[in-house]
Amino acid sequence: MRPDQLLHPTPKGLYCPVSDFYIDPVQPVDRALITHGHADHARSGHHSVWATEQTLDIMAIRYGEEFCSERHVANLRETFVLNGVTIGFWPAGHVLGSAQILVEHQGLRIVASGDYKRRRDPSCLSFEPVPCDVFITEATFALPVFRHPDDVGEIQKLLSSVQQFPESAHLVGVYALGKAQRLISLIREAGHNKTIFIHGALKKLCDYYETQGVELGPLSSATLAKGEKGDFAGSIVMGPPSAFTDKWARRFPDPIICFASGWMQVRQRARQRGVELPLILSDHCDWDELLDTILEIKPREVWVTHGRDDALVRWCELNQIKARPLHLVGYEDESE
Amino acid sequence: MESFAHLLDRLVLTPSRNGKIRLLVDYFARTPDPDRGYALAAITRDLDVASVKPAMLRGLMNERMDEVLFKLSYDYVGDLAETIALVWDSEQRTAGQGHDVQPASDKSAADLSLTQIVETLNTLGKTEAMGQVSNWLDQLDASGRYALLKLVTGGMRIGVSARLAKQALSEFGKRYIKIDIIEIEELWHGLEIPYEDLFAWLEGKADKPSHLAAAPFRPAMLANALADSDMRKLDPDHYAAEWKWDGIRVQVTSEGGTRRIYSRTGDDISRSFPDLVEAMDFEGSLDGELLVGRPNNTGEIEIGSFSDLQQRLNRKTVSKKLLVTHPVVVRTYDLLADETTNLRDQSFEMRRGQLEAFAKRLDPTRFDISPLIPLTNWDDLAQLRENLPHPVIEGVMIKRWDSIYVPGRPKGPWFKWKKDPMLIDAVLMYAQRGHGKRSSYYSDYTFGVWTEDDALVPVGKAYFGFTDEELKQIDKFVRDNTVERFGPVRSVKAQRDFGLVLEIAFEGIQRSKRHKSGVAMRFPRISRLRWDKPPHEADSLTSIESLLTP
Ligand SMILES: [Zn+2]
Repeated sequence: MRPDQLLHPTPKGLYCPVSDFYIDPVQPVDRALITHGHADHARSGHHSVWATEQTLDIMAIRYGEEFCSERHVANLRETFVLNGVTIGFWPAGHVLGSAQILVEHQGLRIVASGDYKRRRDPSCLSFEPVPCDVFITEATFALPVFRHPDDVGEIQKLLSSVQQFPESAHLVGVYALGKAQRLISLIREAGHNKTIFIHGALKKLCDYYETQGVELGPLSSATLAKGEKGDFAGSIVMGPPSAFTDKWARRFPDPIICFASGWMQVRQRARQRGVELPLILSDHCDWDELLDTILEIKPREVWVTHGRDDALVRWCELNQIKARPLHLVGYEDESE
Repeated sequence: MESFAHLLDRLVLTPSRNGKIRLLVDYFARTPDPDRGYALAAITRDLDVASVKPAMLRGLMNERMDEVLFKLSYDYVGDLAETIALVWDSEQRTAGQGHDVQPASDKSAADLSLTQIVETLNTLGKTEAMGQVSNWLDQLDASGRYALLKLVTGGMRIGVSARLAKQALSEFGKRYIKIDIIEIEELWHGLEIPYEDLFAWLEGKADKPSHLAAAPFRPAMLANALADSDMRKLDPDHYAAEWKWDGIRVQVTSEGGTRRIYSRTGDDISRSFPDLVEAMDFEGSLDGELLVGRPNNTGEIEIGSFSDLQQRLNRKTVSKKLLVTHPVVVRTYDLLADETTNLRDQSFEMRRGQLEAFAKRLDPTRFDISPLIPLTNWDDLAQLRENLPHPVIEGVMIKRWDSIYVPGRPKGPWFKWKKDPMLIDAVLMYAQRGHGKRSSYYSDYTFGVWTEDDALVPVGKAYFGFTDEELKQIDKFVRDNTVERFGPVRSVKAQRDFGLVLEIAFEGIQRSKRHKSGVAMRFPRISRLRWDKPPHEADSLTSIESLLTP
């Protein structure tokens, strides 16, 4: 069996004709396997959904309990059979609940990694390499310019700026699922135990992470009742990036705008967005991690989904690794 | 190198002046000599090190890395130094030969100091420098590599003026000693990189460095603005009046063979005006206004327009043609030193007399004296101010006859009385979000006036002149009446019967090929919000063209 007879790209997403399911479909389908809870991968309106328990919980938090008709919990590192095709979920290290999906049939093994990273992340399980014939990788940061520095140094940048500008509030733009909780965990690991203020959009997911054993320390709402005056000088405030260009941000004294994202590696990106303190912190692999992962798994073939497939495919060619871009559309993770 | 690199990263993205000063002061405080001095020189772009040409860097990258991958990277980043800083890979795995090494760990750059880099570069020729740079790139992290590459390609543009650096130095000094920024301005050109004597003095560990420079800067005396009502309280007999020319206030000093032209904050701008430097064949120091001009057939200097002068500004090199078409002259106000005699402790009346004698020895095609205006009563002067005899005069100056020449802006002896600004009514067209404190406000405005076919054409931008309360009101108007959004910019509803009319004040208006409207304003700012005025009553392009400065 050729790999693309088992799994191939369609406008709705990756499709398995043998078993009739999609992986991370961008439109409502009958049967969906979901890698993780980010909105572009996990959409509501499918009939049956297979995902890790945490991903199902996150979808319910985001979309309400009615996000699908049938939920099927996929336990990590276990396989099950769906219409004759063997399926398994393995940790992807991207956000809480994120998983790679193994699709195996007649001895052919394909792993769809969804989004993944290789760095240690105190707020979720680490990526586990799964032997396979075809490895489907993301390519969000697949350019040699993306070489994310050590997390500890980035957290230090933030904490020393908080010390250097004690009269200011540091407003840190973060994505609500994953980035926020990871950043808070890293800040706690660095020994900063003061209350961190969060925008309302982050609250439910932070609460959920706590129930899953990820301790976030003292958090408080950055949203005030009308007429109430907050004292935010010297504090760290987190919210979705759009909130900081909104009227909402005016309650903060001498704000310093920060943004935690892999895109912050490129100065012009930071400048365009008016970011004063860029924190290079990504939930995706950087260039080196992508190459390392491919070299470690040694698949016969690499398929590249969304992102900068041209550079990664080029690198594979230079290293005599068979590679093809899938040109999937609809995945805009961490984009602006 | 690490802390210097981090300083650059922060300075580039920090919009506020005070923020930049804080970053610099903290850096000076925690960085030892001579690193901090070299950093200061690099930031003010006074540091001159062996340079590396961009073409050499590209060549180096071609040897190290797959061309296609480099091109994809460069296209994405858009800046050569930054691209190389990011893609640089000491293990060269991106070159194509994959091998199973661990990701290049961020090597500690702590042991490679800025001083080591600068002092080594100073001993190397161009080709050797390239090899050395390549070695260092292996040892530094991405942010250190960026700083190094900007240093050796001379592309250090980080939004810190020499003026701002001096301000930071004086703030730093205030932690230890009593100091005024004027003292730093005065010393500046006698100091040598890496400024160890300066830092020792600022930290209270040594005396103030003594004057070493030939033709030093003498801190300028500045005037206070004067309101009409206050003037009536002054006795005209005690004051002299002269025109306030709208060029560049300069100090031209020629002493013992050294000739320098200083801006009023002590920046040496001699290089931009070689034609004037050549004519400075005197011994002494003059205060005056730099303008474009040439002698007419009676031998008197005829002053050109402000846009003529603009042709000569902000240029690093001046073409021969420009030197001929736009020669610069100095209209002198004051004499600070006559040969080696300091005149600053004498009265303005005395100095003026000396100036008139001194000027006779100056090149008459390049220097003349700013004439005094007869002053008997304030009403006559007010009359003159309403009818200024030349477009490049922006008002009148009033100086006490007995005033000695002191640095800074003392209260009392000198006043400036500017002409009223020009005013137009324009319609708000676009608004852009501000930076820093203003990042949640639409605070930068593009305004337009009506063309003959009832369309709006943008004529300028303004981002100050309004109160905080007015800012909130305009911001609300922008958000409530957005037509389209382009990134941080919004276009705003602006029709003949609906829109926001802004009264714009400005100092003059000129023809400009770069602007769609064909005109450009000087110092436009918002003087009033005209909520009461329907947009169709705003000015037209024809009506503002009638205000063009000749
Ligand atoms: Zn994701």
